[in-house]
Amino acid sequence: MAEQEWMSEVRAKVGREYGRVYAWDEVNAPMIRQWCEVMGVDNPLYTDPAFAATTEHGGIVAPPAMLQAWCLEGLHMNNYPPGSTSENPYEVLKLMEAHGYGSVVAVNSDLSFERYVKPGERLYYTTRLDAVGEEKTTALGTGYFVTLVMSFFSEKPAGDEKVGSLLFRVFKFRPANPVKPAKEGDAAPAVPKYKRAKPGISDDTRFFWDGCKAGKLLIQRCTGCGTLRHPPGPVCVKCHSFEWDSVEVAGTGAIHSFVVMHYPEVPPFDYPNPIGLIDLDEGVRLVAGLVGVKRDEIRIGQRVKVEFNSFDDGELTLPQFRPVEP
Amino acid sequence: MNDMSISGRAAIVGLGATEFSKNSGRTELRLAMEATLAALADAGIEPSEVDGFSSYTMDKVPDYEIARLLGSKNVRFFSQIPHGGGAACAPVVHAAMAVATGLAKTVVVWRAMNERSWYRFGAPHDFGGAPVFDAVNYGWYMPHGFHTPAAWVGMFAQRYMHTYGATSEDFGRVAVAVRDFAATNPAAFFYGKPITLEEHQASRWIAEPLHLLDCCQESDGAVAMVITSAERAKDLRQKPVIVKAGSQGITEGQQSMTSFYRDDITGLPEMGVVAKELYAQSGLGPDAFQTAVIYDHFTPFVLPQLEEFGFCKRGEAKEFIRAGQHARGGRLPINTHGGQLGEAYIHGMNGVAEAVRQVRGSAVNQVADVENVLVTAGTGVPTSGLILGTA
Repeated sequence: MAEQEWMSEVRAKVGREYGRVYAWDEVNAPMIRQWCEVMGVDNPLYTDPAFAATTEHGGIVAPPAMLQAWCLEGLHMNNYPPGSTSENPYEVLKLMEAHGYGSVVAVNSDLSFERYVKPGERLYYTTRLDAVGEEKTTALGTGYFVTLVMSFFSEKPAGDEKVGSLLFRVFKFRPANPVKPAKEGDAAPAVPKYKRAKPGISDDTRFFWDGCKAGKLLIQRCTGCGTLRHPPGPVCVKCHSFEWDSVEVAGTGAIHSFVVMHYPEVPPFDYPNPIGLIDLDEGVRLVAGLVGVKRDEIRIGQRVKVEFNSFDDGELTLPQFRPVEP
Repeated sequence: MNDMSISGRAAIVGLGATEFSKNSGRTELRLAMEATLAALADAGIEPSEVDGFSSYTMDKVPDYEIARLLGSKNVRFFSQIPHGGGAACAPVVHAAMAVATGLAKTVVVWRAMNERSWYRFGAPHDFGGAPVFDAVNYGWYMPHGFHTPAAWVGMFAQRYMHTYGATSEDFGRVAVAVRDFAATNPAAFFYGKPITLEEHQASRWIAEPLHLLDCCQESDGAVAMVITSAERAKDLRQKPVIVKAGSQGITEGQQSMTSFYRDDITGLPEMGVVAKELYAQSGLGPDAFQTAVIYDHFTPFVLPQLEEFGFCKRGEAKEFIRAGQHARGGRLPINTHGGQLGEAYIHGMNGVAEAVRQVRGSAVNQVADVENVLVTAGTGVPTSGLILGTA
């Protein structure tokens, strides 16, 4: 299936650089001390000027892991210091949300450092939309891995110096198993439940699907020459008669061939998903899911019997085949 | 052969292609134009001279847009061939017919796709219950989750293995041989990356009996060719590559990827139709080929193709392959560009391009003394084939 057209708008933004977000304060000792207190860091290099003066740094430095903290907005969301960009580096996530990819989970946050920063330095970062992956289906759902790379700089008269970067990756997805309402009357989940594709049903094939709903395996029969045929069609391949009816068959047969589907895993199906090509005892063949069998125990020639299973709250009834003792 | 035959009447005189990748970074229209203009430059033909076009129905670049950008003034022939990769050889067949009948003098065929970066095949599709043919037809499969080409091929492959004693390792030997060719083709995805049979066997399941390494990778890229009369080809820049035979094929019980209801599902009888017609048109037989391009989006269907064309008897392709006859140095090296498994999946048109290079003598893995090359198109679908050769 084609990638949705709106994704081209997302793809067009890959590689884009978003402007500066400044730190509210220059790197300073009180903030470092509080951060270390909260985080339980007791390295005197960060908090004891006398000790720090004896080190190669000649004075206290900020803990590298604190890098992102300098440029956070603070108590109020989106409240950035003057001079910061108003661009939203997360705009592609909004686009995805608008198209049903409503959930998000952070999957990577990798900080890397060029050097220590010291009190008095003024920091800012820029953001690059680094990559948007192909659509993937994970256990969580179907969506896209979106990678942003934030580069942190220290302002210098002779040219700003890069001090570190943060790779931040999220998975923006439609959940495979949306949360069900806790009780009746609660709001419906925000994302639709995945359902099996419905078969197209025409005047030539309606009897088959009606039969499934009634728990009967009906096969088309030419009333001109008596030939059974499947898949059904408007006319007999043998005598070209347009006259036909249907007969209920026993639903017993043998596996002519089979395949066990593993990848891609697509909701709502369970994997591995075994599919059989069944030789019915009446001499026609049909394709259906296999149930009640381990993937490595399926054999060509194995005897099977039909059963009818209902899916998606009764919207769809499918014939499926289960092995039987010979 | 008779006076009405297309055999020997037309020639491929220009070849162009973009690089093959997972993300071309540009539009399909641009890819199509890059390949088309490269093919015309290769042929030494003015773009505005093009008066015919043929491609796949699945190609999303329209013929009129290419015509507009080329500056074509007098286009009298354009066609599109359906059934996905089954079309691969057919644009050249149609072009040869147009040239042979005088309907067009200079025909461009192309396939351009961002099939990797813009969209993917093999996703489930809900047709919404409408009574249109595709919805009804695929309605026998989609509700069961049986929706990928790999799985459809797997259904045939499982029965083939059961009937003839072929194994997953035989499929693996196909993959190993084409990846060996890809490893020495700088244009291939898998340049410098050969695989071993052990790696094939250890690769994860996609749809049993198919492993990951039985499947090609979807690709971005474009290939284009220029076809004109064999007569005119003599005066052009490149060594003419003569269309010695071309055909499409459909036969009894035909469906698209799901011809599961034939009594015997171990063969590819539509390819048998193509084989018979190609041999009749050209007067050639299986011994006439020095190399072949055998459609390999998935490995298993390579075996019955070798049988349909008479390179080996029914059910004996596994012996042919176990003996390495399909590999580098074998009796019939196939897919010397690396195939779709190793070079790229440009829906088979990159295979036609390799046949052109083999006839010209310019292939990166050139086979000695090539006179005739067989090319086949998509398997399991209504299909097509070509015999290309020296004048």
